[in-house]
Amino acid sequence: MAKNNVIGKTEQRWDAIAKVKGQAKFTADFPINHKLHAKILRSTIAHGYVTAYDITEAEQMPGVVKIFLPEDLPQNKFGTAGHPWSMVPAKRDIEDRTLLTRHVRVYGDDIACVVAKTELEAIRALEKIKVTYEKYPVYLTPKAAMADNARRIHEERDNVIADTSVGYGDVAKELKAADYVIKEHFHTPMQQHVHMENQVAVAWQSEDQRWTCISSTQIPYICRRIIGQAVGIPWSQIRVQKPFIGGGFGNKQEVIIEPLVVALSMACGGRPVEMNLTREESIAYTRTRHAIDYDLAVGVNKDGSITAIDCNVYSNQGGYASHGHAIGGKGGTFINALYKTESLRYAAKTIYTNVATAGAMRGYGIPQVMFALESIMDDAAEKIGMDPIDFRIQNRRPEGFLNTLSHVQQFNFKIDKCLEKGREAFHWDEKLQDSLKYKTGSKRRGVGVAGFSYGSGTYPFGLETAGARLTLMPDASFKLMLGATEIGQGADTAFSQMAADTIGVGYDKIIRDAMSDTDIDPFDTGSYASRQTYITGFAVQEAAEKMKQKILKRASEMYDIRPEYMDIVDGNIVYSHNDQKIADLADFAMSSFYDMEHGRAIVAESSVNIHNNSYASGCTLAQVEVDIETGQIELLSVMNVHDSGKIINPILAEGQVDGGMAMGIAYGLSEGVRYNEAGKPLNNNLMDYKIPTTMDLPDLDHTFVESEDPLGPYGNKSLGENPLCSPAAAIRNAVKNATGVAINSNPLASQHVFEQLKQAHVI
Amino acid sequence: MYDITGYHEADSLATIFKIIKADPKAKVIAGGTDVLVKARERKQDFIATQLIGITRIPEMQGITMAEDGTLSIGALSTFKQVEKDPLVQQYIPMLGEAVALVGGPQTRHVGTIGGNICNGATSADSAPTLFTYNAILEIHSEAGVKNVPIADFYKGAGWVDLEPGEILVRIKIAKADYEGYLGHYTKFAQRKALDIANLSCATLIKMAPDQTIADLRICFGVAAPTPIRMPQAEAFAKGQAINDATLKTIGKYCLADTNTRNSWRASKEYRDHLVQIIPARNILAALKEDQ
Repeated sequence: MAKNNVIGKTEQRWDAIAKVKGQAKFTADFPINHKLHAKILRSTIAHGYVTAYDITEAEQMPGVVKIFLPEDLPQNKFGTAGHPWSMVPAKRDIEDRTLLTRHVRVYGDDIACVVAKTELEAIRALEKIKVTYEKYPVYLTPKAAMADNARRIHEERDNVIADTSVGYGDVAKELKAADYVIKEHFHTPMQQHVHMENQVAVAWQSEDQRWTCISSTQIPYICRRIIGQAVGIPWSQIRVQKPFIGGGFGNKQEVIIEPLVVALSMACGGRPVEMNLTREESIAYTRTRHAIDYDLAVGVNKDGSITAIDCNVYSNQGGYASHGHAIGGKGGTFINALYKTESLRYAAKTIYTNVATAGAMRGYGIPQVMFALESIMDDAAEKIGMDPIDFRIQNRRPEGFLNTLSHVQQFNFKIDKCLEKGREAFHWDEKLQDSLKYKTGSKRRGVGVAGFSYGSGTYPFGLETAGARLTLMPDASFKLMLGATEIGQGADTAFSQMAADTIGVGYDKIIRDAMSDTDIDPFDTGSYASRQTYITGFAVQEAAEKMKQKILKRASEMYDIRPEYMDIVDGNIVYSHNDQKIADLADFAMSSFYDMEHGRAIVAESSVNIHNNSYASGCTLAQVEVDIETGQIELLSVMNVHDSGKIINPILAEGQVDGGMAMGIAYGLSEGVRYNEAGKPLNNNLMDYKIPTTMDLPDLDHTFVESEDPLGPYGNKSLGENPLCSPAAAIRNAVKNATGVAINSNPLASQHVFEQLKQAHVI
Repeated sequence: MYDITGYHEADSLATIFKIIKADPKAKVIAGGTDVLVKARERKQDFIATQLIGITRIPEMQGITMAEDGTLSIGALSTFKQVEKDPLVQQYIPMLGEAVALVGGPQTRHVGTIGGNICNGATSADSAPTLFTYNAILEIHSEAGVKNVPIADFYKGAGWVDLEPGEILVRIKIAKADYEGYLGHYTKFAQRKALDIANLSCATLIKMAPDQTIADLRICFGVAAPTPIRMPQAEAFAKGQAINDATLKTIGKYCLADTNTRNSWRASKEYRDHLVQIIPARNILAALKEDQ
């Protein structure tokens, strides 16, 4: 819990000035001598086998150092998902790829590689490589890949890589017993992260004959492990450094280019090799959000009670397993977190196809399931003539509910408070009333709402461990060292506030580092699952408490006062009963280094393994105007309300919410990677992949239902991914309210809306 | 990653002609918002090539009005300069509105109206408007000067009537082609900025004193391989009063005059639907802006 008023205050992020002044170094900014450049030759088919390469002309191109075919590099199979390693073999991620491949599973697969003295020379040589393919049938959808006669995309396993079912009660019986049964199909698109900084990594053999890799990664320690596995060397022989990062959104919770870059450096005598993906490569050939299909049935009674939720899930994995079933399989828990129902069945399949490999993306499966769930719940409320907010509040899980699908007990779960606060702050009732004036003519208005729930970290499904180290400096500043990963979200600033608050000093007394380094920083699995302020927060808290106790113990020796009588407040050692100053912490700190009798430098460390999870929640309210002649949707106003416990730093929290809402709105309205029939991506550039501009977004209103979470280290729970979980469904519901047409596949781009309105005879 | 083998900064038209004579493959570059994009994409004629910078040529600068009221727009005028120019705002405001929809602020700050035309894209935001103003393109070469109506300049998708050694210097609009007209341009795109038109439409209208249509000019972008005027709709409209029936009929004729394409960016069915709606909306918007 916060004690010293550093938590909960807007502090300027520590790296702000460096970024504004252009001092912040990103991976490509490090001056490295004699650097070579690598480019991947990408397949121009989506499924098949390379039967022959002709590199004779390419090898003669100026600047070429070497051209690599799949058999020229290590053949170890590895997985790319940024999960902690599992000691239980059955729980490990599927290892289904090699550094390069002749087996083509996706368009743009990595079939060869050129290393040259300059990037341009590498590109020119790539164009001279001739490839002969044997082509196989291309499967773009789970349905196609699951067909009886479909070819296996990976010989060693079925295209359905996982098939699970969870739930409770008798869904069939409860559906029969309901006054109404609503059955719908939903489809969600393949969103891409489009982090500002593309994937980039550079690796070389360092002085100690080990391998150093600087990479734009969310997960330095996991990156180290996967490089070791892919290249086939002990993990200790690799050092991963993570400098400033231009965003990741989960795509850098994947180890995509680092193993290849290390292997290429090894094959080039240890010379530094850099790979810098283009925007076109990053959108099409890295990872995406899973496109998921849902067949949902909900049983609802006239009194508003829910008898059954029956959900069949088909998660489109793309060509490689990556995070695999962890995403499609996750939804059941968070449906169960939100709604009281007599019965629940959540049956999920994850299926290989020949589209881009899907992996982690901000929200990790929840934006998909919430689009489907919150759409059908809205339709259920409408069916029985109930207000959609009242319906959700009536059916909320009670405080303290034990979620039997995850065995997490839901304390301090405030979805109802979010909905109530949103109704008032958004002026829901007035906007609903106002929309009645726009139900004829070409411009129709409506409002919609959707809720969500989200975990804080991965427990109990995943390991949640983190570490922190604090060193007292001679002027009573503290160096805070973490393996947790600042990727632009402001985590380091929040951690600094936590450490300052617990020790009893100002935020300006905590010094962070731009670089995370697996040789130096305490072990932490990295930035994902909205885990860091929660999980790493415990580690920071423990290290800070230890630091404080060490200081007070030493102060006890120095000042001859029992330690329990003392405290640290505002940078002074004081009597705890009346705050009377005993010593300036800076004087104490100097003594801790240089006093002949007491000088022993003070370091405190922690390593935690957290066995709890605090479920967060929230909702979006949206007001739209639909041009029914063109299908264009104008989002007139939108608001997110978040139940994320204590807000550590309001301005950083607002930044998270703004960005998440924009991504969530885009998920609802415009974004999706598109393919032709042969599986070739069509829109892998920033013109055709429709990220909204500021002109396309209204003011992103938001508010918090703030509380002290009883379990979170500083009363906090997750926030980073949460804001994009509910906008898409709220927009879909608002469009339905405006036009009477429920559109169950996003994004609601104008042509799609036009076609749906036409089919419904509104046009 | 650009693959540029040399760069010349031309200080006169004569210098351009000389360099191109020596190296007909050399590419002329003004703002670079098309040329450099194509170079980065390694389009065939844009790699391993020299560039000739033309942004300092005096004859290609500025927006002026001749004594007879003809407006003359230097090909090197940036979108931003066109948008903010007082003569444009007073006499041909629709052009200013159209070029204000190109890309984003950075593109509009360096991209030029001459480049927009010479790039030959049917989606160019300045093109439909210039078609409705019956713009004349003043093209210089070593052999002399020729004046080409813009409708004759566009030959096909990405193909304009411009040989190596020919330079578009100025764009001219006669007084009779703007005086008394009201206009509105619609860029139908998925985003409000930084986007390409799925369909675009410029509409100029002149009303007679009896509140019938004296003249109507409609030009679509992305409804054919080049920007395309709507002869049947324009002929029908003359003398008609503005009402639902007239507007619907104009839409029907537009459908007959256009030749839209089915593409993954927008279906033919959708484009054909929009073709019938947008001119009517433009007419009403143009008249409303006048009020």
